[in-house]
Amino acid sequence: MSLLQVKDLSISFGGVKAVDGVSFDVEPGEVFTLVGPNGAGKSTIFNLISRLYEPGAGRITFDGEDITGRPAHDVAGLGIARTFQNIELFDHSSVLQNLLIGRHCRRDTRWFEELFFLPKVRRSERAHRRQVEEVIDFLDLAAYRDKLIAGLPYGVRKVVEIARALSSEPKLILLDEPASGLSVEETQNMAWWIEDMQKDLGLTVLMVEHDMSLVSRVSNRVLAVAEGRPLAMGTAAEVQADPKVIEAYLGTEETA
Amino acid sequence: MSNRFKSRYDDDINLFEGRWHLAQYALLIALLLAAPWLLGVYYLGELTAVLIWSLAGLGLMLISGHTGQVSLGHAAFMAIGAFTNLALMMRGWHFIPALLASAVSSGVIGAIISRPILRMSGIYLAIATLALSIIIEDVSIMAESITGGVAGLFAPPIDLFGLTIDRYSSPRAFYYLCLAVLVIVTLGYLNLLRSASGRSFLAVRDSEVSARALGVNVARAKTLSFALSCAMTGLAGALYAHLAQAVNYESFLVLISITLLLQVVIGGLGSVHGAFFGALVVVLLPQSIAMLRDFLNNTAGISIAAYPGMDTALFALLILLMVIYEPRGLYGVWFKVRTWLQLFPLYRKGMFRRTRTYLKTERQR
Amino acid sequence: MDILQLLVSGIANGCIYGLLALGFVLIYKASEAVNFAQGDMMMLGAFLGITFINASYADLPFLIGITLAALILGLFGYLLDRFVLRAIFGQPQFAMVILTIALGFLMRFFAGVVWGHDPTSLETPFIGKVWMLGELMIPVVDAVIILTTVALTSILYFFFARTRLGVAMQASSQNQMAAYYMGIPVKRINAIVWALSGVVAAIAGVLFAAKGAVEPSVGLLFGIKAFAAAVIGGLGSLPGALLGGLLVGIVEPFAGRYLPEVGQIAPYLLMLVVLVLRPGGLFAQISQKKV
Repeated sequence: MSLLQVKDLSISFGGVKAVDGVSFDVEPGEVFTLVGPNGAGKSTIFNLISRLYEPGAGRITFDGEDITGRPAHDVAGLGIARTFQNIELFDHSSVLQNLLIGRHCRRDTRWFEELFFLPKVRRSERAHRRQVEEVIDFLDLAAYRDKLIAGLPYGVRKVVEIARALSSEPKLILLDEPASGLSVEETQNMAWWIEDMQKDLGLTVLMVEHDMSLVSRVSNRVLAVAEGRPLAMGTAAEVQADPKVIEAYLGTEETA
Repeated sequence: MSNRFKSRYDDDINLFEGRWHLAQYALLIALLLAAPWLLGVYYLGELTAVLIWSLAGLGLMLISGHTGQVSLGHAAFMAIGAFTNLALMMRGWHFIPALLASAVSSGVIGAIISRPILRMSGIYLAIATLALSIIIEDVSIMAESITGGVAGLFAPPIDLFGLTIDRYSSPRAFYYLCLAVLVIVTLGYLNLLRSASGRSFLAVRDSEVSARALGVNVARAKTLSFALSCAMTGLAGALYAHLAQAVNYESFLVLISITLLLQVVIGGLGSVHGAFFGALVVVLLPQSIAMLRDFLNNTAGISIAAYPGMDTALFALLILLMVIYEPRGLYGVWFKVRTWLQLFPLYRKGMFRRTRTYLKTERQR
Repeated sequence: MDILQLLVSGIANGCIYGLLALGFVLIYKASEAVNFAQGDMMMLGAFLGITFINASYADLPFLIGITLAALILGLFGYLLDRFVLRAIFGQPQFAMVILTIALGFLMRFFAGVVWGHDPTSLETPFIGKVWMLGELMIPVVDAVIILTTVALTSILYFFFARTRLGVAMQASSQNQMAAYYMGIPVKRINAIVWALSGVVAAIAGVLFAAKGAVEPSVGLLFGIKAFAAAVIGGLGSLPGALLGGLLVGIVEPFAGRYLPEVGQIAPYLLMLVVLVLRPGGLFAQISQKKV
């Protein structure tokens, strides 16, 4: 059974149909990529899945459960984590603090217990930190652990975004343009991490990406969308060769 | 910026960073406990005022400094706490239950109000809380049966464990009472900050969107923060009522709300220390100006006219300079000084240079 | 008839609130800054007007006095932005709030030192004069206020919507960095807007002084009420500011007459109701951030 099922998803902003009848399934353990020209609605699909937007129509099913009506803050607890295209880290906190906030959906203490810092709160804190250290190890962030986000270079921040998403122990991770703004080496590292996430952590990855070399390298399946509508689905090579996709990116012989 | 080597998770989790850190604060507590013997009655009273305003400032710091929701209306909750406490004590309640009740009433009212109000943000939230402060001013007059109307209420003496504590007849005992309340509340605050609740507040402050995506129920976090914040400020209001011995609507004017916000800003928004630094400035500034004036008069024969409102103007000038040159407030200054001392002689001037930022519109959130 | 009378007086007051709210919105539209000292600037304008117009001071004709006050306060606004506010350029909006609050304190102190704390009135050529419209009494001062406000609002609306400078100001208020890239002299524009706002505040101040007594602390509460008016109308909208001011001006006397318990706080209750039902005011301008 698919881990994520998106069926006939649609949303309009004002008069613009940003997403128009998009359907796809993501199988557990695969890396599934959404590609398409800018403004195609890819990030909007992400925002719909992570429930930051309300769909006008359609249904989203995750792990057998219909989540179309769930509030955004429930999504992390269900096992979906995401990164943001324009990094949305907590600038005034350290990397460690950011990752610890990532553990919020796995919280097991109430505020009045925390007020008195009961022993169970201390045990809980230690457990969270243990978990977070594993993520830090996985992504080689140990050197930045106590540094404030505000002073970190862009490439590191992108990695911290992913680390924070991983801290919540998700089943599905949504990566929104993980390679944008990265150098060739950093993109190479990103490819390795995505592969590691899939193989070592057993995660399912849903990704939006423009860098076709990265897409070809890590993706199992690719869905191309343009103007909110699906164009073609298949392997990276198949989608890249599809005439409708080429037309959406480059135009036809008449318009090229 | 000290070079600590941490070897256990507890090194991060604990309140104190090590024996030296603990010793510093132990010394501070010892000095505070010894204060009644070190200071005369007048200055002990001033110190008590500092403690009470620190408590009020802590309340505001939680919601504005750590959760990012600006409030220009916190005097309203001081009023609620003060009137609840006095009204209950006048009806025969003992002090401690009345004190707890004032915290609870401020907190609950804060929680109720927070739902509609905290849906707003930025400048709308500021003006809404400002309006709240003005409305409560009026309610303080209207609700005569509770608040004594225009005339207000007098503070009855406190009966505690057989002692009768009153600000004038037993200043020492009153001082210790305020100190105890402040220390307990501060510990609770620090505990919240180092656990999931505190982190959720910081998350709401820095990015609501990603907080939501990480599982933080933003509305509930804001409500919890506001409720606790109002409870703390309500507690401060109750103690203030006993400090001032009488309160009415004029004790909690809009100007107090504004001054409270300026106080936490000058202290350092976003730091616990800031509440204390700010209170020190607000309480001791008029005193310092008077002393400075006397000093100049006696030594150099310079006589500066005593214009009304001079201390407020000087306070405003300090705020101006602080906002322009050190937005992190007195805490920022203290932090830099401490870093300089710790790194001596390797401190570099460009260490805290701020990167140039451009204003992005706040109309898109 | 009684109602009409209340209405006229309310509209006149509302115009003054509206002008002040206009000053807020001018600055907000241009640089998304909020001027908590707007009321205090109005107070300074009132005192300047008194200094120029009153017989015991300079005894100048009314129109010259109001023009001089407007020019001086305009210059003051320009200098304020150029030398004080520019220092916090790029800092978040909150810093501006704190800064202008502090500036308000300083202005009040300054006014107290220069003009003292006794309430002073403006001696205008239309004191006590009244127009009779049937049985309706329209004080000339109220009529002057209303006409001045309408004229000023129209000029400003046209300015922002049609002139190049106005459009540039709008761009600058939405994204400073992008405005820079488009060659807009953002800092100079901000200073001009503050000057404009000073002019409007001065005019409001002189009109205010024509109706009532002035002393240094009037600015605070008046400014807050005008701020509420601007918020009711929606902070990005000039006609909204005027409408908000009118609403507040009308609600006050009517609430005072028919609901005396809430009379004083009626404008604030109104504002809270508007904000809860329609966040952002009647002509709201908030959109969703794209992530």
